[in-house]
Amino acid sequence: MGVGRHPLGPPGRRVSRVVLVTGGSRGIGLACARRFQADGDRVAVTYKTAPPDPAGAEATAPLLAVACDVTDPGAVDAAFATVEAELGAVEVLVCAAGITDDGLVLRMSEERWSRVIETDLTGTFRAVRRALPAMLRARAGRIVVISSVVAYLGNAGQANYAAAKAGQIGFARSLAREVASRSVTVNVVAPGMVATDMLAALNEDQTAALASRVPLGRVAGPEEVAAAVCFLASAEAAYITGAVLAVDGGLGMGH
Amino acid sequence: MGDDATFEKFKKCAVDVLQVPEDKVVPEASFADDLNADSLDLVEFVMALEEAFSITVDETELDGVDTVGQAYDLVVSKL
Repeated sequence: MGVGRHPLGPPGRRVSRVVLVTGGSRGIGLACARRFQADGDRVAVTYKTAPPDPAGAEATAPLLAVACDVTDPGAVDAAFATVEAELGAVEVLVCAAGITDDGLVLRMSEERWSRVIETDLTGTFRAVRRALPAMLRARAGRIVVISSVVAYLGNAGQANYAAAKAGQIGFARSLAREVASRSVTVNVVAPGMVATDMLAALNEDQTAALASRVPLGRVAGPEEVAAAVCFLASAEAAYITGAVLAVDGGLGMGH
Repeated sequence: MGDDATFEKFKKCAVDVLQVPEDKVVPEASFADDLNADSLDLVEFVMALEEAFSITVDETELDGVDTVGQAYDLVVSKL
């Protein structure tokens, strides 16, 4: 039993790692990618709609942007192959690719239900499964899954999204047990209200109802979520696995 | 059955994935007791064999496979 081992480098001294952020072209994913990049890592992002805007104010260097629809296993495989060829094996995986497609359960179609589960939950599974062999061989790795406060609070109109986000937690914790012996850690970040395109898609009533319940009384910036993600991916977090770290201004307090 | 070259290739997979010395990869060696392999090691080993020999091994076929010899026979049966 190794005590105090830091497979990703000793704490306090940063080594450049290969990081892949799915859904890293905007929102929380992009904030994570920029933060890893600022910390000296070699960072790739996958995108479905459009690559990250290279003219972004905080853009220091171009990210390796790879088109990838996480609902397509072949596309996930191809995206990893591209990253491996360009940067090397993925050492840190952040699963941030996700969508919402809101509606009340009473009127929710099979298609609307499945689309969200397929992207948010099964897409996470696909990316993780593809990343694992190299991490297991390396006896090191960091996986961070972006869930949501609605996983445990629930949210009217988001049953599909909440189910997928809660599913990610059960998935991550099971995986954490499976790969712990190889020093691969798996953790979850559960953001609350974050200023992204996804939040903008909620209607005013939903936004107001959620905002009124945030003890810190404001919406988070995506970089505040990225800080938690980067911590869990760091060498310093070597002894943390299976954790759910809420970054929600106190919204889900107690969970 | 299988020939020497096949067993050498098999042995290389075991040495690489299970990180054991070559001389311990003998037919009667038990994965769990002699090679200190856990379930995750075995899955990784099977994946390496699948790639090296271009075969497909179903999870159910691994029931009762406890020794190097049994695993080798399973691989040879698929060639």
